[in-house]
Amino acid sequence: MPHADGRSHTIFAALKAAMPPTLPILAGFVFLGITCGVYSVSLDLHWWTPTLMACLIFAGSAEFVVASMPVGPFAPLQTFLTVFVVNARHLFYGLSMLEHFRGLGRKRPYLIFAQCDETFSINYSTRPPAGVDEGWFMFFVSLLDQLYWVAGCTLGGVLGSVAALNIAGVDFAMTALFVVIFLDQWLKDPSHCAHEDGDAQ
Amino acid sequence: MTTVQIILTILAAAAATVLTRALPFFAFPADRPAPRYIRYLGDAHPGAVFGLLVVYCLRNVDLFAGAHGIPETLGILVAGGLYLWRRNMLLAIFASTALYMVLVNLVFV
Repeated sequence: MPHADGRSHTIFAALKAAMPPTLPILAGFVFLGITCGVYSVSLDLHWWTPTLMACLIFAGSAEFVVASMPVGPFAPLQTFLTVFVVNARHLFYGLSMLEHFRGLGRKRPYLIFAQCDETFSINYSTRPPAGVDEGWFMFFVSLLDQLYWVAGCTLGGVLGSVAALNIAGVDFAMTALFVVIFLDQWLKDPSHCAHEDGDAQ
Repeated sequence: MTTVQIILTILAAAAATVLTRALPFFAFPADRPAPRYIRYLGDAHPGAVFGLLVVYCLRNVDLFAGAHGIPETLGILVAGGLYLWRRNMLLAIFASTALYMVLVNLVFV
């Protein structure tokens, strides 16, 4: 076996280190991705639409909302504004990662693009083992998470199209997801006031 | 929508998402901490959005006809209760969705 040079060894070590923390996300994203794919296709979207959304948007809650838009009129500005509001919490993730992403060169654009909730949680709170390059670690966490999501959405899109999986109620997973995230945020927030404002709207 | 329009819709959504993720890095390029009010918004905001999203998901529920929102109510109670009890997101989502699908397909037909 040819002797690997230093750089590829660094990169490979970071990839290996990134796998264990993303394993819970593998399960969650594949399951939720399948749900999103099946849901999208049940709304008469093409089998490849969930895959496209997973590659370009990579934000689960927004993708569920966007999947329901093609039944309505074409309104890209409305879509833009809606998704901006739905994803606005990412503005604050970026604030938290300002220092973490400094000096990472060409990895930075992808790291910023791929920063969904779960990836942010890991990259913000988990440090790689000693000796592992932190930039590459975060890069692979992001990449693996997106791969899991794309795989789930593709599976859902294909299965949903092929099997005509039109069992009513699958889309409740979206409601359940938001309830769970809401509670998760509620548990972390000492004052609770802002949540009541949101419900009152 | 036509296929082209769907792709454009997805691109609009992608642009909005990229903007939410990239804006902080353009707004705060130098080494300065974000103002206190910004940090407050960061803590308060996500809960408000997800509360709103739950309400949005329930927008078509009719309390006075059909199943009267019972499957949704039970589903949410199970999702919330399971999550508070076991702190396992997957379990809460899976179990509540399964319950909802049973109710909607077999009970409240």
